[in-house]
Amino acid sequence: MATLAKPFPWMKMFRPRWLAQGVWTLFSLLLAVGVWEGIVRLTHLPPFILPSPGQVGRRLGLAIADGSLARHTLATLQEVGIGLLLGVVLATFLGYLLARSPVLERLIGPYLVASQAIPTVAIAPLLVIWFGPGMLSKVLICALIVFFPVLVNTVVGVRAVPRDLRALMHTLHATRWQTLRYLEIPAALPLFLGGLRIGATLSVIGAVVGELVGSNRGLGFLINVGRGQYDTALVFVATFTLMTLALALYGLVMLAERRFLRWQGSPRDFH
Amino acid sequence: MSVETTPALDVIHLSVNFENGSGELQALEDVTFRVWPQEFVCLLGPSGSGKSTLLRVLAGLVPPTQGEIRFAGGRTPRIGYVFQQANLMPWRTVLENIMLPLELQGVPPDEARRQAQAWVERVGLNGFESAWPRDLSGGMAQRVAIARALIHDPDLLLLDEPFGALDALTRERMGAELLALWQAQRKTVLMVTHSISEALLLADRVLVFTPRPGQVSLDMPVPLPRPRSEELRYTMEFIHLARQLRQAIG
Repeated sequence: MATLAKPFPWMKMFRPRWLAQGVWTLFSLLLAVGVWEGIVRLTHLPPFILPSPGQVGRRLGLAIADGSLARHTLATLQEVGIGLLLGVVLATFLGYLLARSPVLERLIGPYLVASQAIPTVAIAPLLVIWFGPGMLSKVLICALIVFFPVLVNTVVGVRAVPRDLRALMHTLHATRWQTLRYLEIPAALPLFLGGLRIGATLSVIGAVVGELVGSNRGLGFLINVGRGQYDTALVFVATFTLMTLALALYGLVMLAERRFLRWQGSPRDFH
Repeated sequence: MSVETTPALDVIHLSVNFENGSGELQALEDVTFRVWPQEFVCLLGPSGSGKSTLLRVLAGLVPPTQGEIRFAGGRTPRIGYVFQQANLMPWRTVLENIMLPLELQGVPPDEARRQAQAWVERVGLNGFESAWPRDLSGGMAQRVAIARALIHDPDLLLLDEPFGALDALTRERMGAELLALWQAQRKTVLMVTHSISEALLLADRVLVFTPRPGQVSLDMPVPLPRPRSEELRYTMEFIHLARQLRQAIG
């Protein structure tokens, strides 16, 4: 049986989990690029319909070299950053009040739910008309799209604080501020971070939608430019950059979860 | 009984009513008793006789409907409360859970940590300081809860069926440990229990409650000598007292 336990000694190479994971991700990416290249060669589609991986790579190099990619990425990142912050701060604040005050919830809860029926994408043009093609309208769209998932998760999170722990804090004569700091924030954190994770990816969508509707900078603007000039490779470059941005934000929240929610012992921790 | 003359706690004609869906529910009716400093009192009675409600009133979690409660010195006492479930904060380690009351009092973290460490040892949890609550057994979690209830040197220790969720053997051992702790600390204790033998082993006095609305139907001193041990269960005197209590519960 001892020999059966180690059928593939070479697997030891992949013992560090992150290394094995990294190798697999790389392999999977190479495979996808290969399939893409294959489709281009087989179908002979013109580059303005489907550019090859090589053409996109060269366009990426060009966009990096002339500084346009950095400039537009930074613009989008700014909108996303400010919009996300604004949306999260407002949603957390209001969410806490709603969770703690039944009166407030009855009063404005229905409006919040109804507001969720408005497709943010559809009112993006309106916001651009009202607040101009500059950064403000993008920040607002971003904040708006982030607001609801964070709000809902904050409400649910604060409501989920165990009653007996509230009683405990009361028997210890904890102040309101102490109850917030020692009980409510840590108890609501898992759900809050879950909302933030959704919000982070949505915020990128919000910014891009705003830029597509009307702007003169940002990755959404770059996509518009590429489309207008039949520079499809540029559209690909901008899209991939956006994906990277969204994934990075998602990853940041995941890191925060791993740091702050160690006590939960997620299934990922199995050895 | 104690030689001190002022009671630690005076409960005077206390009644508690609750609003529930279909009207008023009377949990306690005209309950009067006093507790002396350093006394260990057990509240015994069937489920729904308002014993837990009484503890919650004493802890300030539920307002009395009628009557009043007087504490020694006329001020709100420092309270240590142990719930049926350990009621630990899952995001805090064992040590951090135990030091919580000190943190809330503004004790510097280093000092709080040092005192918590002493309590970890006192309740026999050495080596588990940085364990998460999810990794503890029921008995271990309840030990943490007891340490947390005692660390800030409370005037009054309230125990609401602290061993109710434990298996019989663990329960017996925890009872003995609590007894040893109490003998060392000499707090004024009120403990709710369903177990007659637990009450007799631990208490100076047992209050028997009637079914809802709860009233004190028997106030019985326990004249068994201290220090007490498990062996006491098998003495005639113990069995005699147990029968008296059983009859009082009805």
